[in-house]
Amino acid sequence: MSETFDAIVIGAGPSGNACAYVMAKAGLNVLQIERGEYSGSKNVQGAILYADALERIIPDFREDAPLERHIVEQRMWILDDKAHVGGHYRSDAFNEEKPNRYTIIRAQFDKWFNRQVREAGALVVCETTVTELIKDAKGKVIGVRTDRDEGEVYADVVVMADGVNALVANRSGLKKEVTPESVALAVKEMHFLPQDVIESRFNIGEEEGVVIEVAGSVTVGMVGTAFLYTNKESIAVGIGCLVSDFTEAQVRPAFLLEKFKNHPSIKPLLAGSEVKEYAAHLIPEGGLNAVPQLFGDGWMIVGDAAQFVNAVHREGSNMAMTSGRLAAETVIEAKKAGKPMIASVLSAYKKALEDSFVIKDLHKYRRLPKVLHNNKHFFTDYPRLLSQAAETMLRVDGEDKRSKEKKITKSFRSTRRIGGLIGDMFNLARAFR
Amino acid sequence: MSDKAAPAAAAGGSRAGMKKELPERFRDYKHVWVLIEMERGVVHPVSWELLGEGRKLADKLGVELAGALLAGPGDASTKAIEEAFSYGADLVYLMEDPLLADYRNQPYAAAMTDLVNTFKPEILLMGATNLGRDLAGTVATTLATGLTADCTELAIDHEGSLAATRPTFGGTLLCTIHTLNFRPQMATIRPRVMAMPEAQEGRTGRVVRHSLVMAESDIITKILDFIPDANMDKAQLAYADIVVAGGMGLGRPENFKLVTDLAQVLGAEYGCSRPVVQKGWMPAERQIGQTGKTIRPRLYIAAGISGAIQHRVGVEGSDIVLAINTDPNATIFEFAHMGIVGDALQILPALTEAFRRRLAVNRLAG
Amino acid sequence: MNIVVCIKQVPDSAQIRVHPVTNTIMRQGVPTIINPYDLYSLEAALQLRDQVGGKVTVLTMGPPMAEDALRKAMGIGADKAVLLTDRFFAGSDTLATSYALSMAITKIAEDEPVDLVFCGKQTIDGDTAQVGPGIACRLGLNQLTYVSSIEALDAKAREITVQRRSEGGVQVLKTKLPCMVTMLEGSNTIRRGSMPNVLRAGREPIKTFNAAAAGIEDVTRCGLRGSPTVVKKVFAPKPRADKAKLIDTTNRPTSDIANDAVEAIFAAAPKLQTDLVGRAAQA
Ligand SMILES: Cc1cc2nc3c(=O)[nH]c(=O)nc-3n(C[C@H](O)[C@H](O)[C@H](O)COP(=O)(O)OP(=O)(O)OC[C@H]3O[C@@H](n4cnc5c(N)ncnc54)[C@H](O)[C@@H]3O)c2cc1C
Ligand SMILES: Cc1cc2nc3c(=O)[nH]c(=O)nc-3n(C[C@H](O)[C@H](O)[C@H](O)COP(=O)(O)OP(=O)(O)OC[C@H]3O[C@@H](n4cnc5c(N)ncnc54)[C@H](O)[C@@H]3O)c2cc1C
Ligand SMILES: Nc1ncnc2c1ncn2[C@@H]1O[C@H](COP(=O)(O)O)[C@@H](O)[C@H]1O
Repeated sequence: MSETFDAIVIGAGPSGNACAYVMAKAGLNVLQIERGEYSGSKNVQGAILYADALERIIPDFREDAPLERHIVEQRMWILDDKAHVGGHYRSDAFNEEKPNRYTIIRAQFDKWFNRQVREAGALVVCETTVTELIKDAKGKVIGVRTDRDEGEVYADVVVMADGVNALVANRSGLKKEVTPESVALAVKEMHFLPQDVIESRFNIGEEEGVVIEVAGSVTVGMVGTAFLYTNKESIAVGIGCLVSDFTEAQVRPAFLLEKFKNHPSIKPLLAGSEVKEYAAHLIPEGGLNAVPQLFGDGWMIVGDAAQFVNAVHREGSNMAMTSGRLAAETVIEAKKAGKPMIASVLSAYKKALEDSFVIKDLHKYRRLPKVLHNNKHFFTDYPRLLSQAAETMLRVDGEDKRSKEKKITKSFRSTRRIGGLIGDMFNLARAFR
Repeated sequence: MSDKAAPAAAAGGSRAGMKKELPERFRDYKHVWVLIEMERGVVHPVSWELLGEGRKLADKLGVELAGALLAGPGDASTKAIEEAFSYGADLVYLMEDPLLADYRNQPYAAAMTDLVNTFKPEILLMGATNLGRDLAGTVATTLATGLTADCTELAIDHEGSLAATRPTFGGTLLCTIHTLNFRPQMATIRPRVMAMPEAQEGRTGRVVRHSLVMAESDIITKILDFIPDANMDKAQLAYADIVVAGGMGLGRPENFKLVTDLAQVLGAEYGCSRPVVQKGWMPAERQIGQTGKTIRPRLYIAAGISGAIQHRVGVEGSDIVLAINTDPNATIFEFAHMGIVGDALQILPALTEAFRRRLAVNRLAG
Repeated sequence: MNIVVCIKQVPDSAQIRVHPVTNTIMRQGVPTIINPYDLYSLEAALQLRDQVGGKVTVLTMGPPMAEDALRKAMGIGADKAVLLTDRFFAGSDTLATSYALSMAITKIAEDEPVDLVFCGKQTIDGDTAQVGPGIACRLGLNQLTYVSSIEALDAKAREITVQRRSEGGVQVLKTKLPCMVTMLEGSNTIRRGSMPNVLRAGREPIKTFNAAAAGIEDVTRCGLRGSPTVVKKVFAPKPRADKAKLIDTTNRPTSDIANDAVEAIFAAAPKLQTDLVGRAAQA
């Protein structure tokens, strides 16, 4: 059987699904290969969906996609061991007709998305792992080899959407392995609670959701953040730190998650829940510097495999979907123009990425990984100082407010010399610019 | 869809309130029956367990308790009948025929349906054994009546209907099922769930004989041979008194010797979790759990097994579960009765030694 | 050989949760699988087909989603698939299920007589083991349940010889086709379909029967109305309040820990101790 597809997409995460969908919709003969039992089966559950990226692919997705809650409130907390300080932003403006952000459960969402892919006409094969790329004598990628009997399949172009480890590209020498400094390991749990309990606990309506983003001493000095999202009948909690830090600090991720869940600010939010589904997953956090070569003769890389994640805003799936779509559009254009799928033609994909928010945002935050990595006190000293400051101010104990202010300033200065403080501010501001 | 136990529960809220309106033709169906399951002269103990349970139901309804015995000719039935009386039967329906000597679906189903149609019981209980399940499905389908399979609890409701409770979704849920408007109300019941009644020596009752109208030439399935287990070295896990099992925590195939050593000292059977079978470290018939054997031993020792729900449902009927696991948070500690947080590779040999010593000392003392 | 294998799509029981308050099933995100027991029967059917030729049709009754299970079975190697789906089937108990399936099998047999029907030993959600015998009874098929191995299939003489697990041993049975077989777990290992197979499975149209297409005229024999059993109550088992009693292991020699464990066991089950000692004394 030597049938040749127009395109093969490796992986059925958000990037692969977006790519396969757009190509199939345009009438291309697409084969999508997924290692898991079904799309979503290998994916960490519970996440934020950014509507915009999906809307550009499936405009009316809200009609039947399995969405949990739209987000009306964002809390940003900095924790020390006992307390949290932070800000909340809640607005009724988020209760719009077409909300902008939703919580989703990836296992369900990906499954739905993949169903759309199939209905668009792509052939989806699951429980099949792509082991390597097949190249012709000139080195052009012409198909893939899988772990099934008679497992070779051929295509004009292969899109690698196989996630953060990008094993297929590594193995085929198209990309270097990810380094421990450029990936975070995130662990996550789902805590099940009755819907009404969640709604009263977070003070939200039936469809409304809350996101809590957390930094501070919960990561015991490592570069990382924690989060809590409300789903319909469950709460997703998780924490992630750079892999290099985990190794260096000899801390187990499960231990961190326990610590986070038992923090006095978090514990009451989870009380009485039934825990299911502990999962661990890598997140690319190397930023722009970690982005590999994105295309070549007969191939392109999209999504996490291309390291497209904005760690600061925890955006990944939107970049994945957008890169998947842009890759698909590149193939469709080339096909229409009757051009071969060679590097010079596929370079249009990179161009499109550069014009999109994907590369622009990665560019904006390109310095951040390094800054955070070299300034661990962001995760140790500052949370403690902030919390002390707040406590000092709020405790009514006969001391005058002015003395209290002085005390606070002093505590900051004694921990970080004034030069250090200013330097920190500067570094951080620059990294965000 | 399908299976009353599952989605009907969700969809059938309206049915839950359904009333009993027993059609006229079923009004004279009376009495509680238990199939006395006998193969090659041996009665399956579940039959006695069911007589014990059936006695309670019959008393509650104020009716008689009958045993139904299908058997080949021979002395075994005389003894079985005596025992049935001692375990609480008021009478025994006996069908004796060479065609019933070994179990086959066709003659057994014909015999059983004929008995039911002639003597009209309101409740018919069978063990959820291979025989019971093979037979009950045919009988219920032929009689077009309801059958609740694999029950763990029986009761009579306020209207006098049988309320049969059974696990569903691999034990995550229980459901109570009624056959309101058809007779007999049939149920198969898991072995080792109902208590074994005390035998009352000297208790007697009536025997009602009924004959089978069938010839060997009518029966299409032929028995070529019977290979007893003793000759086949097949695991007798399901009925073992004590079971010792190992999981992936044992790490290497060689380490399963620690499991068999302990089993040997205890005269126990041994088993394992599914991944162990998948690795090829133990044969499939040793697998315990949802897709393996369900066991109900008096003592179950699980070493290096995490306690996933699929494993759990296969061992939950054990009287005592002792778990050995290095991880204090392993789920197995949630349903084990006793636990040792420790390395199975060290604990197992120590347990073997401790039991060996204990049993030897007692032997000397005794 | 024309073989029909009945498979059921079931929720993966590992992932089912019970709502803590309402005691109803939380289906949210629970993945479905092919009932694991059915895979042993599917593999046995495929082996027979490979041996003597013919084709294997997988049949399922369920919601439209159950198509996934059929495609998976085709990827493994089944030749054809039939989906029996209709709102009239909702809430069927085993009696109604076996009725609908037997009607569909009769319909399939119109194209070519069915020689063998395979069912799983039991499902993991319903867990009744009654649908197979129900089908056999309705279609007048000779019934072979709990088969541990198929010894021989003589296509010409239309005879099959199997080993069937029974109490205390194995029966060697020989019967005539057509018959209904359920395979014992562990009796074989399901194969992994080849790439051409899974590609075909993804593309091939699946034949869908509603009640009428399956030749069912009287829909009151289906679904809730056709089910003599009534589910009155569904509830979660009482969780065991007490967790395992842990044997003290802090800084103690293993032998002490083991002795404590033995003590604890015998204290909880004195009769077990007597029996064991008795047995040891006899040995
Ligand atoms: C804990 C955590 C929380 C996150 N939260 C958010 C969030 O709230 N919002 C957000 O936008 N992003 C979030 N992200 C990031 C987001 O999940 C990823 O950016 C996104 O999933 C990337 O999509 P992808 O399709 O590129 O890769 P993936 O989703 O990883 O998909 C890759 C697919 O390829 C398959 N595959 C891999 N190798 C092979 C092979 N050899 N053959 C066949 N198939 C293969 C895999 O099974 C998988 O299905 C989060 C990530 C983590 C870990
Ligand atoms: C449809 C389906 C059906 C299934 N059916 C079954 C079934 O019938 N039976 C079954 O068992 N499983 C079944 N499973 C698999 C089940 O989900 C689990 O994967 C399996 O039970 C895990 O086996 P385990 O506990 O041996 O291995 P693991 O989950 O790997 O656990 C090993 C355990 O050993 C502990 N450990 C490690 N080292 C040591 C040591 N030195 N000493 C002591 N403890 C140690 C670890 O802490 C861990 O708890 C099924 C799954 C599915 C999806
Ligand atoms: N809805 C269904 N569709 C197809 N086959 C089924 C269905 N329900 C049960 N079966 C078959 O009957 C066997 C026994 O099911 P059960 O009686 O529910 O334990 C299963 O293993 C399947 O082979």
